[in-house]
Amino acid sequence: MAKLELRHVIKRFGDVTVCDGIDLDVEAGQLVCLIGASGAGKSTLLRCINLLEPIDEGEIFLDGQDIAVPALDPQTVRARIGIVFQNFNLFPHMTALENAMLAPRRVRGLTRAALLPEVEALFDRFGLADRMQNYPDQLSGGQQQRVAIVRALAMRPEVMLFDEITSALDPQLVGEVLDVLLLLKQQGMTMVMATHEMGFARQAANKVCFLKDGKVIEEANPTRLFDHPQHSDTQAFLSRALK
Amino acid sequence: MSEQKAAGMTRRAIFEQKQRRRATLIAASSTAIVVLALVVLIPMAPGWEKVQKSFFNGAVLAKSFPKLLEAFKINIMIFAWSAPAIAVLGLLIALARDAKSPALFPLRIFGAAFTDVFRGVPVILTVYLIGFGIPGLGLPRPWNSPYIWGSLALILTYSAYVAEIFRSGIDSVHHSQRAAALSLGLSERQAMRDVILPQAVRNVVPSQMNMLIALQKDVSLLSFIGPVEIFRQAGVFKSLLANFTPYVGAAIIFLIVTIPATRYADYLMARQTRERR
Repeated sequence: MAKLELRHVIKRFGDVTVCDGIDLDVEAGQLVCLIGASGAGKSTLLRCINLLEPIDEGEIFLDGQDIAVPALDPQTVRARIGIVFQNFNLFPHMTALENAMLAPRRVRGLTRAALLPEVEALFDRFGLADRMQNYPDQLSGGQQQRVAIVRALAMRPEVMLFDEITSALDPQLVGEVLDVLLLLKQQGMTMVMATHEMGFARQAANKVCFLKDGKVIEEANPTRLFDHPQHSDTQAFLSRALK
Repeated sequence: MSEQKAAGMTRRAIFEQKQRRRATLIAASSTAIVVLALVVLIPMAPGWEKVQKSFFNGAVLAKSFPKLLEAFKINIMIFAWSAPAIAVLGLLIALARDAKSPALFPLRIFGAAFTDVFRGVPVILTVYLIGFGIPGLGLPRPWNSPYIWGSLALILTYSAYVAEIFRSGIDSVHHSQRAAALSLGLSERQAMRDVILPQAVRNVVPSQMNMLIALQKDVSLLSFIGPVEIFRQAGVFKSLLANFTPYVGAAIIFLIVTIPATRYADYLMARQTRERR
């Protein structure tokens, strides 16, 4: 698995600076959680790492290679970094299986038959073996989100990004999706996750970063950040979030 | 009270049943009044006898109807080869207008000019200009056939409209679908082909059905440049029999095709609205 380093990443939308000089290190196999209020820049940062948004300044190193070089073809980079969105964004006109096979077929150039064992194994591992032939609207939110994770994993990414993937789910469905992340962590996947699930961050993260106004205000291991926040902004946010 | 309980109805159900009966009664009587008025009043008009003879003449209808049906085959033929061509050209124009690569900029301009021109000119004018103009170049048979150039006029005009509908369909697919496709490593082109277009086409099926219905009717415009299709055939009968009934016959034949088609398009539209909710 790969390691990810962000150096002074700046992203502006017009006059608004959404990411304001962010430095972040994610060691191989680590799970880093980004917390902070809505609009703090968590989602945008993830979209920048995946090159869905071009950054204005700074560097992003994936295993030592700067992937933020403007002339770089984003397609090859995106194939190495998976991202899962808050609203699943499954392709509604395809079955769960087709959703997961599309990109490997097109980008990795494999046939359906060659892919099937590998993709089936993924569905199986995440408890979706009997859902492969269903269309997204026939699945619950939790199932859809797990299919979205399988779809990203089918590209064999080196890093996975999760953008508030449980925020659109009914509370009783959150657990099944978070369990998937624990499984991935066991397997040594490098992961960055924007989340409001403080309990999960405390339990599973190697490092938690608190973002505010596009800046990393404080980062530490979860025990220290949640129990002994140093910065007054972190303290204020946590006292509201953990109420 | 005991009666109501025997029927097993709640007071709400009884009230609603009463309302329904009232509504049915009002609808029935108002319809009866209107129909009665038409049946009584129209024949009282001074010209009714003449109109009846020249527009609703049973003998003329019986005599002309088989030939009209025969001529309608030509409409169907022209429709059958124009519709697929329109679908393909319309889609190509839509994609050309959305082309992002700088190398394809001329294509973009062409697409915009194409839709501007052919949406801006009345269909009949396009049919005249292309239908008379191009054979006027002195092309040899069969390349001077009004079937070819008349169909081309319809294809060009309708492609312009159909392209705009496809474009609105592409816009109707949420941008997060494109983001999801790109995030998996697909190229812009692959995202369009595999993810956006299939959804876009599905979204605009009802609107395109309405274009097909309009096309079916506009095929008759080709009668002005030669082909003896149903409208022209009705005209022949009119001159022959000095009677307008063949036109009514032609209208009936059109309605037999277009009413079910329109209903089907409405059904698709309603189903889509339900699904969106």
